[in-house]
Amino acid sequence: MIPIGVCEKILPSLLQGLGITVQLTIYSAILAFFVSFLAGFGRLSRFYPLRAVCTVFVEVFRGTSLLVQLFWLYFVLPQLGIWLSADLAGLLALGLNAGAYGSEIVRSSILAVPKGQIEAAVALNMTPGQRMRSVILPQAFRIMLPSFGNLFIELLKGTSLVSLITISDMTFQATTLRTNMNQHTPEIFGLLLILYFLVAYPLTLGVRWLERRLSTGRS
Amino acid sequence: MGWSWTFTLQILPQLLDAVKITIGATIVSYLIALVGGLLIAFARRSEVKLLSWVTGGFIEFVRSTPPLVQLFFIFYVAPHFGLRLSPFTAGVLGLGIHYSTYLSEVYRAGIDAVPRGQWEAAVALNFSKTQTWMRIILPQAVRPIVPVLGNYLIVMFKETPLLSAITLIELLGQAQIIGSNSFRYLEPITLVGVFFLILSYLSSLLVRRLESWLQLNQKGLIN
Repeated sequence: MIPIGVCEKILPSLLQGLGITVQLTIYSAILAFFVSFLAGFGRLSRFYPLRAVCTVFVEVFRGTSLLVQLFWLYFVLPQLGIWLSADLAGLLALGLNAGAYGSEIVRSSILAVPKGQIEAAVALNMTPGQRMRSVILPQAFRIMLPSFGNLFIELLKGTSLVSLITISDMTFQATTLRTNMNQHTPEIFGLLLILYFLVAYPLTLGVRWLERRLSTGRS
Repeated sequence: MGWSWTFTLQILPQLLDAVKITIGATIVSYLIALVGGLLIAFARRSEVKLLSWVTGGFIEFVRSTPPLVQLFFIFYVAPHFGLRLSPFTAGVLGLGIHYSTYLSEVYRAGIDAVPRGQWEAAVALNFSKTQTWMRIILPQAVRPIVPVLGNYLIVMFKETPLLSAITLIELLGQAQIIGSNSFRYLEPITLVGVFFLILSYLSSLLVRRLESWLQLNQKGLIN
């Protein structure tokens, strides 16, 4: 379908972009993971100001659009005197956005641990720290895993947006290729879609496997 | 550089004009997703193995690739096959198709939740296939998923800034134009963020209303 010669011209640049895409996904996932736990715990805190700050953070990042956040960090912050490189702006936007969604996963998973477990821990005279570490979190973690998997896939797809602030990820490479060899546009974007699919689909299958595995023996 | 209210007031009319395009694009792509999702849900359940298999593959593929790339694909590839699409058409098609795969899963959950007895009763009453779907199954399947469908409307609203990437001058596109002409990005892009924040807050209130309203009705049915 796609002539081999054309493929030879397109594929190297796309693969080079794929490297950036994968790196960005992993780094922003790490950031998102930390943000998720910080904001998730923050929203469950008994300390009101902390709870308020975390709620505002989550609502702002979930309520505005990822692309708007990306543009805000990249175009607006310099006007307020804060210069971010494109890489850093992309990483921050992706990490904070996914982190806001992730904090809801953390929060709801902790709340989903049966109340009796907490009461039992209290009855056993555990400190709040012990309760969290050895009773609540291990159970909440199982509940979180599939949702975090899905968030990771969303994050991977979201990285394509950084091409719009000049980071040379896979999508950026494709749009550059298109301006140079317009007659091959169908092959370029077709191949780009296939490459994204090849990276994301194994993740989807992994998440499904995890979901099945974690639900065995449970109704 | 601080916030300038004079500049804000000056650009507000232009941004509000662009909001119309954002809203228009959201509604049209949502309608495409609603209808497309239903068609996909039917095709997925089809007894023709090939059709249901192909549809399943389509869902997986569309859901595993970025919507931005799908928009580029539609907008830039279609002309090579003699189909020149306006940014608006390409945009609403792209978003509509992307989210139709998500909505098909929502419909599927709703359809699966209709009790088996309802199907059997329809067969016993000698209803045709169309009658069974239109009168028995769909009305019951759609009601519990209305709030979820409402949430997807909010989600799609927040995705419309993507359309600026294929040169549709919606809200974000307009803000960018203002920014590059005046070298002031602070006000226009912040206003876009504020707009989306207000809008998603209002619509989430609406969805919650809808949820409690539907539940009230359900209680009424049982009692």
